[in-house]
Amino acid sequence: MSHPDVTTESKPVRLLLIAGAGLIMAGLLLLPLLAVFIEALRKGWEVFFVSLRDEAALSAVTLTLTAAAISVPLNTLFGVAAAWAVTKFRFKGRALLVSLIDLPFAVSPVIAGLVWVLMFGSHGWFGQWLLASDIKIIFALPGIIIATMFVTFPFVARELIPLMESQGSDQEEAAITLGAGGWQIFRRVTLPNIKWGLLYGVLLCNARAMGEFGAVSVVSGHIRGETNTLPLHVEVLYNEYQFSAAFACATLLALLALVTLGVKSAIEHFTDHSRSVL
Amino acid sequence: MHAHLHLIRALPRITRPLAAIALLGLAACHSKTADKRHTLLNVSYDPTREFYADVNKAFSAEWERQHGQKPELKQSHAGSGKQARAVIDGLEADVVTLALAGDIDSVAKAGLLSADWAAKLPHHSAPYTSTIVFVVRKGNPKGIKDWGDLIGEGVQVITPNPKTSGGARWNYLAAWAWAEKHFGGDPAKVRDYISHLLRNVPVLDSGARAATTTFAQREIGDVFLSWENEACLIEKEFPGKVAIVYPSLSILAEPPVAVVDANVQKHGTQALALAYLEFLYTDAAQQLAAKHFYRPRSAAVACSLPAMELVTVDQHFGGWATAQKAHFDDGGTFDQLYGSKP
Repeated sequence: MSHPDVTTESKPVRLLLIAGAGLIMAGLLLLPLLAVFIEALRKGWEVFFVSLRDEAALSAVTLTLTAAAISVPLNTLFGVAAAWAVTKFRFKGRALLVSLIDLPFAVSPVIAGLVWVLMFGSHGWFGQWLLASDIKIIFALPGIIIATMFVTFPFVARELIPLMESQGSDQEEAAITLGAGGWQIFRRVTLPNIKWGLLYGVLLCNARAMGEFGAVSVVSGHIRGETNTLPLHVEVLYNEYQFSAAFACATLLALLALVTLGVKSAIEHFTDHSRSVL
Repeated sequence: MHAHLHLIRALPRITRPLAAIALLGLAACHSKTADKRHTLLNVSYDPTREFYADVNKAFSAEWERQHGQKPELKQSHAGSGKQARAVIDGLEADVVTLALAGDIDSVAKAGLLSADWAAKLPHHSAPYTSTIVFVVRKGNPKGIKDWGDLIGEGVQVITPNPKTSGGARWNYLAAWAWAEKHFGGDPAKVRDYISHLLRNVPVLDSGARAATTTFAQREIGDVFLSWENEACLIEKEFPGKVAIVYPSLSILAEPPVAVVDANVQKHGTQALALAYLEFLYTDAAQQLAAKHFYRPRSAAVACSLPAMELVTVDQHFGGWATAQKAHFDDGGTFDQLYGSKP
């Protein structure tokens, strides 16, 4: 059966549009990615590896991995719980909860950092108490983790909510009639249904957690070798005229992006995720 | 029965990693107390990165020779005003080495160190000085020689935001001092000159280093009002692309240093912090200052930078507190003149 031709534009117009889109894609996405790798290797492989083995760079990598290792699992848990709550149940304030989850997307990352300074800074709401108890939050690892968690909070939930919404709660209800408990339902009915969506959300959450700059910059204190995350370290190196070193560290972030894309495509290959609502 | 077994077996499995994460978070909350007495955090401003990296190496060797233990010296750099703000908000600096006295005054006002901090070290606690010069493009295509040339038609001036950057406040005061001299102290003409100058500024970056990058790396602007040391660094990093112009008059910039009393008491680092700052006055450190294009205080250390007519904030503007209030606080001359229509 042949489909009727639905495009009304003439062939040259179509080609022009495609070429324009391709040009924009190459200029805006491919070229910058290429530039990162070219700049990084401008002074050769030796400089590249030396700048990655630098003490401050290693500490930045460790800090970034630590912050992600703590904030991503917690956000995964919160995200799944939130998505489960708003899709499987109807309750008062549900709409408010959905909007609240989106709040970090709407707030500028600088504000996301400054609110924590307002709360936990020496002159903030809890400042005196924290000082008296010798607990450091701002300008230390906990501040970085909190800021990262705030910024990456919506990723898992946002990924799961449309998916779980479309699946409805029929299977869960059937499980209840068969006598399953809450945890059992979640593990054997809900989780298998959402596992690819969940993985996808975790992936995006992780990419953002490792790449976050604005909010983390505000609460970091910029102590070299201690509270500089990888994105902050890239900026420091750039400001020190160490362009090759800066871009060498940037390649780590770019590689993370490429790995994320690779895994994402793999996930889409296993599911029909790409065709689902997004 | 079967379901319950599952429940019991499953529960610890999910709680275990969570407990581990919670523990990790708790551990992170408690600041490491081990050997704090040999750890020092120097919170500084933008263009001193390379200088203090060298100072730290030299001081570390000296302290180890005297005390048998290698100190851990940490640096933090950003715009001077932003750094003062961070220290007030709880960044636990043992010493602050900022761009101007006004910023350390703000830290003092927050109660972290005594108001007479400037009297505690020689030369009002400023171990090295610098000044404000012009950096222009190769061959000086716009023919910029002095402050008067900055308000020319189509001249783009790069300077950071005086609200956040210490260097920018020096720039502003240097321009003001020149204008007062040039116009014989006529206040209307001085204000007119400054508003003209500000209209020629296309972007106000938050710190000196960001402004440097704007000018040198992104190649925006015709003239960059810069710390002399930063200017020499740009000349070194971008050979043949820029040139330094010394104006007829500039300001003596005295970047001060101070021990943050409240923090060193908490850390037990009084001795280390004081020794660190006193080390800045030794010939060894003064030589490093000269190497990084600061003007050393010690007469014994050679300075390759040309002599200039320099006014001081104390003599010309009645000290930083007065200058800050008149020019940079909310409603000061900067607020009045920035964005004013011709």
